Parts: sequence; structure tokens; C-alpha cells
Amino acid sequence: MQNNYPLWKNLLLLGLLLIGGIYAVPNLFGDDPSVQISALGAKIVDDVTTQQVRQVLATDQLKYAKLEQKSDGLLVRFFDTDTQLKGRDAIKSSLGENYVVALNLASRTPKWLQVLGAYPMKLGLDLRGGVHFLLEVDIDRMIKAREEGDVRSIVDHLREANLRYVSLERVQPHGIVISFRDNANMDQGQNELTKYFPDYVFTKFTANNAYKLQLMMEESAVFKVADYAIEQTMNTLRNRVNELGVSEALVQRQGVNHVSVDFPGIQDTARAKEIIGKTATLRFQMVDVDHDQSGDVPLGSRLYDYEGRHILLRDQAILQGNSITYATSSFSQDGRPAVAVRLGGGGESIFHRVTAENIGKPMAVVYVETKTDQHVVDGKVENVSRQEERIVSVATIQSALGNSFEITGLGTEQYAQDLALLLRSGALVAPVNIVQELTVGPSMGKANIQKGIISIAVGFICVVLFMAFYYRTFGLITDIALFLNLIFMVAILSILGATLTLPGMAGMVLTVGLAVDSNVLIYERIREELRNGVSPQASIYAGYARAFTTIVDANVATLIVAIVLFALGSGAVKGFAVVLTIGLMTSMLTAIVFTRAIVNFLYGHKNVKRLSIGI
Amino acid sequence: MEFFSHNTKFDFMAQRKWALWFSGILLLFSLGALLVNGLNLGLDFTGGAQLEFSYQNSPDFVQVRQQLNQAGFTDAVVQAYGSSKDVLIRLKPHKQMTQQQLTSEVAQALVGAKLQRVEYIGPQVGKTLVTNGVLAIIMALLGTMIYIAFRFEYRFAVSAVISLIHDPILILGIFALFKVEFDLIGLAALLTVIGYSLNDTIVVYDRVRENFRKMRKASAVEVLNLSVNQTLSRTIMISGLTLTVVLSLLIFGGQMLRGFSLAMIIGIVIGTYSSIYVAGALAIIFGLDRKHLIPADKVLVDNMP
Repeated sequence: MQNNYPLWKNLLLLGLLLIGGIYAVPNLFGDDPSVQISALGAKIVDDVTTQQVRQVLATDQLKYAKLEQKSDGLLVRFFDTDTQLKGRDAIKSSLGENYVVALNLASRTPKWLQVLGAYPMKLGLDLRGGVHFLLEVDIDRMIKAREEGDVRSIVDHLREANLRYVSLERVQPHGIVISFRDNANMDQGQNELTKYFPDYVFTKFTANNAYKLQLMMEESAVFKVADYAIEQTMNTLRNRVNELGVSEALVQRQGVNHVSVDFPGIQDTARAKEIIGKTATLRFQMVDVDHDQSGDVPLGSRLYDYEGRHILLRDQAILQGNSITYATSSFSQDGRPAVAVRLGGGGESIFHRVTAENIGKPMAVVYVETKTDQHVVDGKVENVSRQEERIVSVATIQSALGNSFEITGLGTEQYAQDLALLLRSGALVAPVNIVQELTVGPSMGKANIQKGIISIAVGFICVVLFMAFYYRTFGLITDIALFLNLIFMVAILSILGATLTLPGMAGMVLTVGLAVDSNVLIYERIREELRNGVSPQASIYAGYARAFTTIVDANVATLIVAIVLFALGSGAVKGFAVVLTIGLMTSMLTAIVFTRAIVNFLYGHKNVKRLSIGI
Repeated sequence: MEFFSHNTKFDFMAQRKWALWFSGILLLFSLGALLVNGLNLGLDFTGGAQLEFSYQNSPDFVQVRQQLNQAGFTDAVVQAYGSSKDVLIRLKPHKQMTQQQLTSEVAQALVGAKLQRVEYIGPQVGKTLVTNGVLAIIMALLGTMIYIAFRFEYRFAVSAVISLIHDPILILGIFALFKVEFDLIGLAALLTVIGYSLNDTIVVYDRVRENFRKMRKASAVEVLNLSVNQTLSRTIMISGLTLTVVLSLLIFGGQMLRGFSLAMIIGIVIGTYSSIYVAGALAIIFGLDRKHLIPADKVLVDNMP
């Protein structure tokens, strides 16, 4: 019975320990409140910008710890959050529109650790302060809007095919029913329409002497619509978030139709909500070719700049952005880059008519954005909004445009993709409601961290002392294993990029108690063997061997519960479940393998008469 | 150092009838408390708004209520939260006002208060959380039952699950009796208690299985008794240690974790009791015997020439 670990095993364990240590250590370094500066569009952050920033800070007498030049911009580290906020405002007003100036919490992890990918754990809102929203996307309305658009289209198609029908109506909750006078018409109708509406399932039925054709959107099509709506909402939100000046906002999908948005570190919920609720929108306007572009601006038109030239646009919008339900980059029939656009939700008939009347004339797509700035007026913070409009595309109308058309002649594929993106983000895809909101003040965040750390520390010390007294040397070995367990837990959480919440810290406290369990099982077994007269070496061997299955069984059962909690929990509870799961697994490693390694080191290969295990 | 003589010979199984009666009465009490008092569901489940304010000096609750009433919040609940200087205002969901308006109006109404935390949950989200919570409990119980049936034997599984259900019901009963608020993190504690109690129970079962194999002549009662006795010192010690750790959480963890700590403490105490008395006793009642654990025995004997 060899209580001996071969050298490679011991080296492996030391290696694991080293890795664990490296990835856990960043958490000790702390953060600096800082301001991150990056450039938008064509501008870059260069030495001139750096000089400007330095000057602004010097003029306003804002002390800063360091100014770093990074690959994607500048980072200015401040000493406290007050100066950080003042600094952000000062820099923003100095640099102007083309730069994004964002608040950030930059960790002080030294570069060599960062290179290895070692970062501190992310802190949840309850530990950091900030704002969290849960948004519900109204898929229902979106589907209804899509159906409305399709109804109009159906009418057009049926008319063109000269098919008579008695009535056409939408039914609740979803679906379209067309009544025909006879079977032949109905069959023809179905044949005609299946060509143009592949997303629908057609059912024929008769009722009250009428032949009815029912159209219901296919499940998969509904899912696509829902998915698309959520993806778009998330993209739009992510694009907006930069404006808020928070660079670590988290936009995530939750479930079928919810999106969760986290803004760590900011306090102004009003502004956050505005950014979320607002949308940019699009307008399609005719180019005013009747008037001279360089003369006086006539009534009913406005002058815009586009690619260096002036363009006059008629004020009236022939199509609003919220009619766009889908836009994607594609290739037109002649193989050139194009953007396929689909409409729904109203406005298509007018659009159709106007485009029919203006074939051959240019039409512009205008992007309208509402920007909000914060100004301090008379000591109070005010939100001032203004609208910005710019032309994103000018194209010639080739034919009367219905609810599905292409914008061609776009030049490059990249341009087509960008335009599609713009069309999508400009479109009001689906209404969002805020169904959950959580705000935590910054001082509370710090207080929570302290509470968490104290609980962990006190619990840990109690257990450590007890084990040392009750199990003597073996108890001390357990204490070392407990400490290693904490290190591994922190390391894995840091590597996974998991978020630590207050319940997560509770989970860490709990894991200390549960981790001890494994060792108690082993030691009690060793004690039993010793009482039965078995030799020390054999007792150790038997103790570990016999207790192993029990430990695994017991831990797996708790693991099942932790996983259920993870799957069905949300937010803070999920954080708790993650910590518990990770803690259970690392505790199995440290309690069994690491303690065995130390025990082997101390007792293996030696002629021991007595084990210092408390009996 | 030893707390327990390693040769304890408590006759746990003999007391099993009393234990089961005792548990039964506790269960009835708990169910009664739940029906009569109802469970004080936290914000996570009911929906609504919860605002935490702190004052420089301990506020006068009467005044605070007056201020809220004047501002139009007649259904607000004001309670102390943590220290004497902190106040928690709970509001039901307001259809007309947005959350932002709600927060700023309440903040304006309360003079001298500093807003620390706001939590707003729409009613649908609350309902979803309740559903998910109940589902989680059921899934956890099912999952563990399957696992135990797989690793041990189905009688064990059934008795384990019954003793596991018994723990959360008692916890909820005590929460209902003292009107302690039960929120999402309390639910997490409930599930953790299930896992923890399961831990204990499996250790006992594992010992039972081993003893059945070792002791050819002993009856089921004797084996169970011995097993519980043998694992007694470990069970009590782990409960004690985990209890210490959770007490640390209760004392230092702050108000937000209060529901969690309380549920855990009750759960550990009850869980230990149920592991010692209930799980084993139920197994015997279900007729557990050696042959269920060692089916190979008989076959071998019959094949001998």
C-alpha cells in the first residue's frame, strides 16, 4: 500500500496551483475610475488629441493618476469618481462630436497578467452600483404589423390576377381569412398566393356556403420574426450605449422575448431610459429635381449635404422607417451588391403610388437621429435633445415599389451591408416595455462588497480553527486545502468572466462549509480504521479509498440541485448557482487530491507509528 | 479530540414512530401556518417597486408615512431595513406612472432621505419567477430521486425524497408563522437546503449499504441503527460547521441576504434531524431489507450443487 504520489502527479498539482494563483491574483489589484476616449468614424486618436486632453485636464485642475495610450484610444485614470465625472465632462466638451468619451473602471492588473488573459472577476450590479433593465419586446405587435402589410399585398396580387373574392379579413389572434364565392376561385387563389407568401400555411375550409382560405404564419416564420426583432433591438441598444458614456454595458438576450441591459457604474436612470426608449428613424424622400441645387431653397424642400454635394429634398416623406420590417444585403439580378428591403405595417400603398409616378427619378434615404446631451444649467442637470438628419443613400427609382423591393447600384458589398445595417437600426422594429428595473447606488455597492468579504473571512476562520483543533495535523492540511479551494474558485470565476454578485459571495461562504464535509468523511474513516487496529499507512489508504464513493455520490446530488438552480434561476440567483457549482467541483479536487498529496508527502514512505489526527 | 464517543449506541430506529409523529405534527403546523398567514412573498414574486432610503438620523415612521400619503402614495408600506437609519418603501405596481416618475416623486416626498437602491419588477416577471421557482423545486426533487434510485435502490429514493420534501415545507411554514419575507434568494436557499440535506442522507445510505454487505445476520433495523450511529459524529459536526458559516453570513452579510441566511439555518437544523430520523425510518417502513441491496446473494446459493 503505497501512500505515494509519483513525481509527475505532484508537479501537475503544483502546476495547477500556479495557474490558479495567476488567474486569481488580478482580483487583488483593484480598479481605477477612468475615462476612455476613442474616435468615431474617420477621426483617429493621435498625439494632437492627447495634447488636447492634457491641456483640458490641466486647465480645470483635474488631477489624474495616469494617461495611457492604447491601440484603440486613450485611457485616463483618475483617483476618485468625482474627478472622473468632471474629467469626462471636460474632455467631452473639449473634443466634441467625433469622439466617444466614456466612463470606465479600468483594472490595475499589470500588463504581463493581462497578456496571459488574467483579469479580475466582473462585479455584479449589487456590488458595483449601476442600473439594470429588463425589456420585453412586443413580438405580438410585430407579427400583427407584418400581417397588415401582407394583407395589402394580398389585395394587390389578387387584383392583378383578376381573382374575385368576397371578403378578406384578419382574425384574432393571428391569421388572415379570404372568402371566395366558389371552389375554383379558391383553388386559383391558393395557387397564386402560395407563390408570393411562402411563410404562410394555407388551409381550405368551407363555412356558411362560402369557401374560405385561411393563412397562418408558419411557426418557423414566427420564430424568425421574433428572433429578428430581438436581435435588432439588441443591436440598436448596443449602438446606443456608447452615447451614454458607459463602455461596459451588457446587452443580453433572456429567454424568448426579453432583453436585459446592464449599465454598471452610472447613476442617471433617466438618461439611461431615454437612450433605451428612443429610436432613430428613417425617411424616404424624393429629390427635388425641379429646382436648382445651388439657388435659394424653395418652400417645401430642404438642403442636405451628401458626399460633398448639395441635394435638395422634398420635405414630404413618402415612406417612414417604421414601415421597414426587414433589410438585408444581397445581390441583384445582375450580380451587383444590393439591399433587399421588406415593408409592413402601413404606408406601402402610398409608397407604391408615388414610386409608380416617379419612375426614373432619384429618391433619398434620410437617417434621423435624436441625440440627447446633458448640460448643467444653473446647477441642475438637464437633458437637451436635438434631431440630426443625414442622407445615407440616393437611388433612382426603377419601377413601382411594393412591399418588397431592392435598392441597387450601390457600388461595393461593404456599402450594401452598411446600408442594410442602417436601415435595420433605423427601423422601429417592435415596441419595448421596461418590465424590471434595478438601481443600486455606488456606496451601497462598496458596502455590499465589504459585507461579503467579512462574512467569508469570519466563516473561514471559524472553520479553520475548528479543524485544526479537532483533527490536529490533518486538520491543518484541510485548512490549506480550503484556502486553495477559495483560490481555485476565484480563478475559475475570473477565467470564465462570470459575474460575482452578493448571493455569489454567499455561495462562497457556503462552499467553505460544504468543502469541509469531504475531508471530515475521509478523516472519520481513517479514525475508524485506526480504532480497528489497522496500521497508519493502511488506514490512510483505506480512508481515502472508502470515502471517495461517498463523497462523489453526495456531491453529485448537490450538484444536480445547483444545476437546476442555474437553469431556472435568473440574475442574482444564477450567480449563486454558478458559484455553488464551481465551488463543489473545486472542493472535490482540493479535498481529495490536494490533501492526499500533502498527506503522502508528510507520511508516505515513512515508518509512522501514530497519525496526528486527533485521536 | 472527540466530541462523541465513537461507540454511541443510540437506538434511533426504536424511536422512529415518535419521530414520524413529530414530523407529521410539524408538517401539519407548517401547512396550517401557510394557509392561515400566507407566505409573505417578496418583491421578486409579487411585482411592484421597492425603494431603499437612508437618513442622517433615524427617521420618524409616522412622518414618513404622512409624507408619502400627501404625495398620493396611500398604499405604501414603510419598514425598517437593516440599521435604524435605513427605510424600505414598498409600493404596488402603478399603472399610470412610469418607474422613473415613481422614483422621483417618492424621493421628492421624503425630505432628507438619500436614495440607495431601487428595485422595480413588473407583475409578469414576478409570475414567471414564481413558476420557475416551483418548477425548480420539482425538478430538483425528481433529479435527485432518479439519481438515488440509480445509485442505491428505489425504496431509498422514495424515502429520501419524502424526507427532502419535508424540509422545505417546514422552512416555509416557519417563514409563514413569523411573516418573514420570502424572496428569490430565499428560494435559492431552499434548494440549497434540499441539496445539503440530500448530502447527509446519502452519507447515511452509503453506510447502510456497506453495513448490509458486512453484517450478514443483522436485521434491517439493526443495520440502520448502526449506520446512523456510525455517521452521527460526522453528521453533527458538519451541521455545526455549516451552521457556523451561515451564522457568519447572517450577522455580517447584511439585510439583503437575511432571507437566505434564515432559510439556511432553519434548513440545516431540520435537515440534520430529518437525515437522522426520517430517512432511515421511512426506508424501514417501506420494507427495506437486505435482499433489496444484495440481489446476487440468493442466486449464488441456488446455483450451488
